[in-house]
Amino acid sequence: MAYGFFTIFWRDMIRFVRFKTLLVSSLLQPALWMAFFGIAMSSNFDKLTAGLPVPAGAHVVGYLTFMGAGIIAMTTLFTSLFSGIVILFDKNWGLMREILASPTDRNQIILGIALSGVTKSFIQAVIIMAFGIAIGAAFFAGFTPVQTAIGVAGILAFVALFALGFLFLSAAIAISMESPEGLQGIMTLLTMPIFFASNALYPIDTFPEILKIISIYNPLTLLINGIRYFAIGPDFVAMGKHYAITQGDVLLSFAGLIVFAAIMFAFAYWRFGKAVVT
Amino acid sequence: MEHADPVPPIISVENLEHRYGDFTAVDTISFTVKKGEIFSFLGPNGAGKSTVINILITLLARQKGTAVVAGYDVTAQPQQVRESIGIVFQDITLDRDMTVRETLEFHGRLYNMPVSERRARIDELLKLVQLDTKRDELTKRLSGGMKRRLEIARGLMTRPKILFLDEPTIGLDPQTRMRMWEYIKNVNNEGTTIFLTTHYMDEADQLSDRISIIDHGKIVITGTSGELKNTLGRDLIYLETDNNDAAVRILKDVAAVRDVRIKSGGFVLTVHEDGTKILPSLIDTLRKNGIEISTINLKKPTMDDVFVHYTGKELRDEGAAPARAMHLQPRGR
Repeated sequence: MAYGFFTIFWRDMIRFVRFKTLLVSSLLQPALWMAFFGIAMSSNFDKLTAGLPVPAGAHVVGYLTFMGAGIIAMTTLFTSLFSGIVILFDKNWGLMREILASPTDRNQIILGIALSGVTKSFIQAVIIMAFGIAIGAAFFAGFTPVQTAIGVAGILAFVALFALGFLFLSAAIAISMESPEGLQGIMTLLTMPIFFASNALYPIDTFPEILKIISIYNPLTLLINGIRYFAIGPDFVAMGKHYAITQGDVLLSFAGLIVFAAIMFAFAYWRFGKAVVT
Repeated sequence: MEHADPVPPIISVENLEHRYGDFTAVDTISFTVKKGEIFSFLGPNGAGKSTVINILITLLARQKGTAVVAGYDVTAQPQQVRESIGIVFQDITLDRDMTVRETLEFHGRLYNMPVSERRARIDELLKLVQLDTKRDELTKRLSGGMKRRLEIARGLMTRPKILFLDEPTIGLDPQTRMRMWEYIKNVNNEGTTIFLTTHYMDEADQLSDRISIIDHGKIVITGTSGELKNTLGRDLIYLETDNNDAAVRILKDVAAVRDVRIKSGGFVLTVHEDGTKILPSLIDTLRKNGIEISTINLKKPTMDDVFVHYTGKELRDEGAAPARAMHLQPRGR
């Protein structure tokens, strides 16, 4: 039964492609953020920060590029967090019973759900990246084709880990819940602080101490560190702040996401072990 | 070893017990299902039928007792049990947004069927349940009966040794139910053992080779439909007279009468012998004692009579609602 996960993945993908409205609406929100908030704010910020000194060797990036990285991360966050709803529907409408009563191993089921979740996040991240570039975000600007390929691969690696973490969290909460409304409530409650206590829209070093600590360890911040490193470069100035990201910083962020995903996996594993679906 | 039973059991359950907190849903029950038969659990909702099924199909962990399905222990070898059985759940368990073909395809993949076998089996089954024209229809566009047929096809996808049907015709109209019984019989004729739960008397009666009446988590009696009815005697005679009390006193002592039950306006006799033969003598006896009979009705015992006799209650849908809620409650823990 080593390919059991593929069955789960296959079904999820059928549904993903079938629901074009869902796909479009999940992309619409980040696109709107970039198109309205991004362009509006960058026309202000870029004017405000225009006169600030720039360190030698660093290049200045506009606000749209800066926040665009944050929006890619936000898309992944939303998609992964809300992916648990499918599990809840399956649980309530019974398909989960068909799956659990089959010889397919439970680990394979988790693997299948994870794989399809990551695939969905990949597709969305790529589309949002392309959209960002189309409306003027300077992703991969001045990169050689090889550098761009490495950049995309790096971003996807970060997206994958982050998506896994929140997918597991979402699945664990979903399997323990009875109603989609309750799940929706919890997810909405989670998204706000995760999104705003991160470096998605603004630098975090001037935050008050406690908020700053939360923001530094926020998985979303770790993801955005990676995206910025791979999409913009190791050395840039944005919003008047000089970002010099070393390989060590990136590895540290990556390691942080590995830990996060591992903890969430353990959590999901524990909740699924307890789940009785009859 | 036993030699009495030539057909080996395909399911054997001994002293099975299951509790949800303080509530005993299944109370030390034992039974066997013979290879190739249609075996029914007949009982009201909340009687423990679904709990037993869920243990047998390995969805619910066994607490006490033993359960062997298709030669495998449900606790020690759940994987082998799963590979040997097909299941049609009580509620519709279809993905509304998958097509008929995809539903079966998904199931075949879950059970690791090779591609060629999967395709051939899908064609075969869609013909069997007459859904071949609905192949690429989303399941949400199917009628209730079609959905049920699709689920039966799905349950048969992997050529299981045993097919579990939990309330297979619940919520279907009478014609569709009859058709469903035909399908189930056809499947059984092809060699699949069927284990079904139902709270419909006619379903248990007409479909099953053997029936266990289950109530409050206990098996009250097991046998063929004929055997169960025979336990009530040959015939039931309903009488109304101008002096019921006196009539009951007199008839109680007649040798052929096994049992007398008072009903409003009259009473029912359960008799050992052919009712049509002894009725004249009963009428004579009453006449001699000056009792006038106003109504006579003679009938064979039905499954309803059997059920009322052994559980002491009529089986009605509306009465079942609270019991069902009670059964669902433990899900949350």
